[in-house]
Amino acid sequence: MSKTNLTRRGVLKSGAVAGAGVALPTIFTASSAAAYTNEPTGGTVTLGFNVPQTGPYADEGADELRAYELAVEHLNGEGDGGMMPTFSSKELQGNGILGKKVNFVTGDTQTKSDAARASAKSMIEKDGAIMISGGSSSGVAVAVQGLCQEAGVIFMAGLTHSNDTTGKDKKANGFRHFFNGYMSAAALAPVLKNLYGTDRKAYHLTADYTWGWTQQESIAAATEAMGWETVNNVLTPLAATDFSSYIAPVLNSGADVLVLNHYGGNMVNSLTNAVQFGLRNKQVNGKNFEIVVPLFSRLMARGAGENIKGIVGSTNWHWSLQDEGSKAFVKSFGTKYGFPPSQAAHTVYCQTLLYADAAQRAGTFNPCGIVEALEGFEFDGLGNGKTLYRAEDHQCFKDVLVVKGKENPTSEFDLLEVVEVTPAAQVTYPPDHPMFAGGALGTCNPGA
Amino acid sequence: MFGLNKKDSALLLLVAILTMMAPFILNPFPTDSGLAQFNAGYPDLMQRFVIFGIFAIGFNILFGLTGYLSFGHAAFLGVGSYSAVWMFKLLSMNILPAVILSVIIAGLFALVIGYVSLRRSGIYFSILTLAFAQMSFALAYSVLTPITNGETGLQLNLDDARILDPVNDSGSLPVTSLFGLEMRSSFDLAVGPWDFTFSVGYYVCAIFLLLAFYLAIRIFRSPFGMMLRAIKSNQQRLNYTGLNPRPYTLAAFVISGMYAGLAGGLLASMDPLAGAERMQWTASGEVVLMTILGGVGTLIGPVLGAGLIKYFENIFSKINDTVLHGWFSFLPDGIEDFLVTIIHPFVGKGWHLTLGIIFMLVVTFLPGGLVEGGQRIARLFRGKKTKDGADGAKTEPAE
Repeated sequence: MSKTNLTRRGVLKSGAVAGAGVALPTIFTASSAAAYTNEPTGGTVTLGFNVPQTGPYADEGADELRAYELAVEHLNGEGDGGMMPTFSSKELQGNGILGKKVNFVTGDTQTKSDAARASAKSMIEKDGAIMISGGSSSGVAVAVQGLCQEAGVIFMAGLTHSNDTTGKDKKANGFRHFFNGYMSAAALAPVLKNLYGTDRKAYHLTADYTWGWTQQESIAAATEAMGWETVNNVLTPLAATDFSSYIAPVLNSGADVLVLNHYGGNMVNSLTNAVQFGLRNKQVNGKNFEIVVPLFSRLMARGAGENIKGIVGSTNWHWSLQDEGSKAFVKSFGTKYGFPPSQAAHTVYCQTLLYADAAQRAGTFNPCGIVEALEGFEFDGLGNGKTLYRAEDHQCFKDVLVVKGKENPTSEFDLLEVVEVTPAAQVTYPPDHPMFAGGALGTCNPGA
Repeated sequence: MFGLNKKDSALLLLVAILTMMAPFILNPFPTDSGLAQFNAGYPDLMQRFVIFGIFAIGFNILFGLTGYLSFGHAAFLGVGSYSAVWMFKLLSMNILPAVILSVIIAGLFALVIGYVSLRRSGIYFSILTLAFAQMSFALAYSVLTPITNGETGLQLNLDDARILDPVNDSGSLPVTSLFGLEMRSSFDLAVGPWDFTFSVGYYVCAIFLLLAFYLAIRIFRSPFGMMLRAIKSNQQRLNYTGLNPRPYTLAAFVISGMYAGLAGGLLASMDPLAGAERMQWTASGEVVLMTILGGVGTLIGPVLGAGLIKYFENIFSKINDTVLHGWFSFLPDGIEDFLVTIIHPFVGKGWHLTLGIIFMLVVTFLPGGLVEGGQRIARLFRGKKTKDGADGAKTEPAE
């Protein structure tokens, strides 16, 4: 079919060229002399903020970016300092981190693991970022956390609520300030019991990825423990925008509670569909039909509009909190941008401050030094009360807020009211809890 | 050289020089200058350039030669990635078995999909491949979660089997390597204000690209390639002469699927993670764009197109307002803000917009893609001297 014209000389020549080609890369194996990946040598240090700027979580991403900019401003001594004065650790001086001015680069995760990793890689390899933060989806957070572990930089997780981030996919170089599905369930269960009683049949609609799975598992376990029955759990694709076909079967299932394990745009759409189907006005088994959204945020509440009223869920932080830290942060954020911050903005702001403070206390940017400084670190004044960064799984333990959609909002931001502040002790679990088992932290990796 | 004529040897040599010198070529600006933003010579992006170059070369064997437009090629890329990561999990961190398996699996996959899809041609073929790719995506995304780990993507774990590798008790994940040569190791060369990074992973990919490119030249110039061109120009005439074109198209489909599998395997070798979105229709569309942007049916076009798109995705998307303000800070405030507002929609998350405009311009004014642009420039310089000189050096589009 094709002429091959093999000659002895041709084969030898080809072989020699190919051999030289294969041998070429071996010349370049010398590793650099730095003590750890991207050791900052000049007068500046670069942080990488990797958030979704497009896709279903773009709203959260935009708010995160605002908070990052604010945090960098405060670290460099500009603006009013935000939560730095209220933070229990007083190491930060407002002169950057360890005397180096803080720079930052941004990237778009597109809420896709691949794109997020490419973006994080370019920050590490091209821009010399010493820390990566961000992520508004647990899938992305888990993927980027793995990358940072391999590359030898610190990952400060943003908005990620899956148990796996600090459970089976936990990594030594990764830290999470945000709470998780288990904590939501532990905080919500007693409130649900008071509101709706112990004899309920729950129907779950769950976003089909790590966060949805683990949150559903947590909620089902916690509600079943107080006597509820889980009728059904239906997985919905993350990319879905219309949930009518998932809502219709709920009506005939005999369930009297609908649990929406959805977030962002997903939740706005599924809740709207559920309300359109008249679920909230229905009587089933002689009881009012109820809807529960375990993870809430103000941005979602705004998207859902009227439909959110009276619906119960949990949140990491809310701008109406009256402690000194929260007030300082809301004031600082509001002055710069003209509206209050979301929980996503709050958690990434805290993460940036916590990283800077850890570097300051450790006296180095070496990831292993940072890990040591953050493990078992207890702090206060960042808006969540006393908080512990647990050494065993790098998860923060703090109070969890149970919130409800406000019946009579006074402004377009005043959409949620805090029903209960669940103390940290009630949501704490042992590190080897079955829902978090199966992974290993490994050891810190300084790279290079 | 290697059984190629002079013109093709020169082309191969050119590609070889370009890929081997890429760390220099792609880092033209000193590290501290403002233009360093446009440097693309860091390992991850260089690897993407050559890997997607391989992907596009393979796609071009099908689309450029036979004219069959597949809208589902990303499925093979994804399948290749998943196979490679599974090899890393089960067998060894050596990339060779991983890449070999990904090529084989992608080939088998292409055989099945091709066998069904090639019963139709034209738009029906495109839709069939698109449907298969979306099915694969849905399978990877939710149905086959135990194999693919769904939306999170398949990743390595500390407790994976890796039966050929020594027991790993270091507490950190092993890294991919080629017989001990770590893919992520690199060497920095500082020349004055410039900083050049030579990465092992990149050179391994570059060698694969050269092999893939060489194979593509041989296919283009072979009687088999001629047959494929015949299918593109007039399939009916071929039927009337008593030739059955289907085995040829199927072979081309499988070969290009194997190229995609190779690209997927390499992608996973450089960064051991496989995500379902690699198989989404947008990813399939991207390779069509790459090929058309570079020049359909030309040898080097797809590689150039792949480079351009990846450059936009990774460099333009990172220009944010802060960077823009930095550029124009020498201007008075009002003008600075005005310029930033004007440029803002085209950079950062708006990079798709810029790419779309470029794509539109290229398709309108240079139907032969970037290669045609290059040829026109070349003709401008010497076309008047010798009348047939331009013919000699140009790479001919198939149609």
